[in-house]
Amino acid sequence: MEISESITSPTLNRYPLIEVSQLTKRFDTVTAVDGINFTVFQGELFGFLGPNGAGKTTTINMLTGLARPDLGTITIGGLDCKRNPKVAQHLIGVVPDESNLYPELTGFDNLCFCASLYGLPKSDRQTRAWQLLELFDLKEAADRKFAAYSKGMKRKLTIAAGIIHHPQILFLDEPTTGIDVSSARQIRRLIAELHRAGTTIFLTTHYIEEAERLCERIAFIVHGRIVKIDTVANLLQPVQERKVMLISLSNSSNDLCGKLSTNFPQFEFQAVSAEQIRVESVETINIGPLVRFVEEQGAEVTEARRVRPSLEEVFVRVTGIELNLMRKEKEKGGGNL
Amino acid sequence: MKPWIAFWNIMLKDMRAYYLKPPNISWGLIFPIAWTGMFFIRSGSGLDSILTLLPGVIAISILFGTTSLLAVTVTFEKKNRSFERLLLAPIPLELLMLAKTSGAILFGVVNAFVPIVLSLFLTDLSQVAWITLFPAVLLIAIASTFFGLFIAVSVSEVFEAQTFSNFFRFPMIFLCGLFFPIASIPIFLRPLSYLFPLTYGADILHGAIHSGNSMPLWLDFVTITGFCIILFYISLRNIHKRWII
Repeated sequence: MEISESITSPTLNRYPLIEVSQLTKRFDTVTAVDGINFTVFQGELFGFLGPNGAGKTTTINMLTGLARPDLGTITIGGLDCKRNPKVAQHLIGVVPDESNLYPELTGFDNLCFCASLYGLPKSDRQTRAWQLLELFDLKEAADRKFAAYSKGMKRKLTIAAGIIHHPQILFLDEPTTGIDVSSARQIRRLIAELHRAGTTIFLTTHYIEEAERLCERIAFIVHGRIVKIDTVANLLQPVQERKVMLISLSNSSNDLCGKLSTNFPQFEFQAVSAEQIRVESVETINIGPLVRFVEEQGAEVTEARRVRPSLEEVFVRVTGIELNLMRKEKEKGGGNL
Repeated sequence: MKPWIAFWNIMLKDMRAYYLKPPNISWGLIFPIAWTGMFFIRSGSGLDSILTLLPGVIAISILFGTTSLLAVTVTFEKKNRSFERLLLAPIPLELLMLAKTSGAILFGVVNAFVPIVLSLFLTDLSQVAWITLFPAVLLIAIASTFFGLFIAVSVSEVFEAQTFSNFFRFPMIFLCGLFFPIASIPIFLRPLSYLFPLTYGADILHGAIHSGNSMPLWLDFVTITGFCIILFYISLRNIHKRWII
């Protein structure tokens, strides 16, 4: 399936910084990434959204030189990275899905060491390390060994290490997975600040709300294939034209959804759980007749509220992946916004 | 970009994080002392035998010091993914691996001088050809370190690194002419002796310390240098093949 990219407002007047064409990676018989194409523009915050195992990390590894593509081309900053992955590494910063700094070094030493890998002189390394420790609220832990940091602190220091050399492009692989709510919020705020400061960000996540809140454009990747790329506004447009209500019930009967569908054919009904029904329509939903009908069936309406259609709806429609699968992944931690 | 800044800091970081830790310093000191004492007592030939034992003790101290630490540290960093950070740095892989091994090479050189310093108190070393001994020590340290690197990139787990390195190290003690001449090894085992870089390093040390070399020194130098180059490039190829998949 050919997926065309929408080049709308967020990408106007910007030049392409990452260009990927027909990128493919196979591991034995498994095709982890299957001929994907996309472009990330200078200053853009580009989201790569998909469930675990969709090919997000493999794509990042190929873009950053940690994995070799089997097919396709990668151009970063106009440089051919498939031929020589090292050629563009000075332009990029990488924050992997797991914190990978040195446990035996302090926070400050870790940052100074990472800066040295990019050739920063000693005085610049130290100044920059203190700046970032302050920015990430880690100054008090500067002399503590990385091994003694909490998960949230480790992730923050790993992000700081990723931007120590002022990269033009920052690759963030699942930056808020598995950390506490407060640290996740702080990290999202820092990502937004970096973006405002002009850093091009390639963000992979399986948290839909995170992608919706942060990203300008999003690619949905499922089973190694990009199934949709567009701006968040464009992705949301089809679902925003629809009205959605969530009705909470008690004493609900099993076939209530079916009866509602027969009696109100202008609406679409879906049983979200034993106590909740979702009503969807292109028209305005008049709640009075619905409530009366439900109560005639012996159930009691405890709440009825309008739901703002979210990117989650779009993701489910486009990918066919069940909402509960994404929710299960979210429950692993860090998903609260 | 100044690659030497990265080179220097990778080496310093490894020295601080691994080689200058008290357990490793004590390993570097106790191990050569133990070997010296063991062979000295076992030979029972008095202080005169120190000169003939010294090349073997120097070589074995370098071999065990470098391979043990490098194989474990590289495997450990690969396992906890901090090695990826180095692979993401904009420096050539060759320079990166030279930086990664330079700390171990220095550690090996320092290890070599523990038995030499001890010997100074026990015997006269005035006949030692230091100008031959110094480059020999350096080359043995380089070859042993690259051998450790070869092992580190061939395994996935830290314990495998130790087991796999012992698979080579212990035969090397007996086959490389460290404590008895290769001529006294059973003839069917002798070809194996010439497959190990330590054979050539030990031969130079025998020549430098008591003029006891069995091969021309130039041949020893050329061969051990060749081993260093081959081991380094096999390791680089394995990193490309196994770690940048």
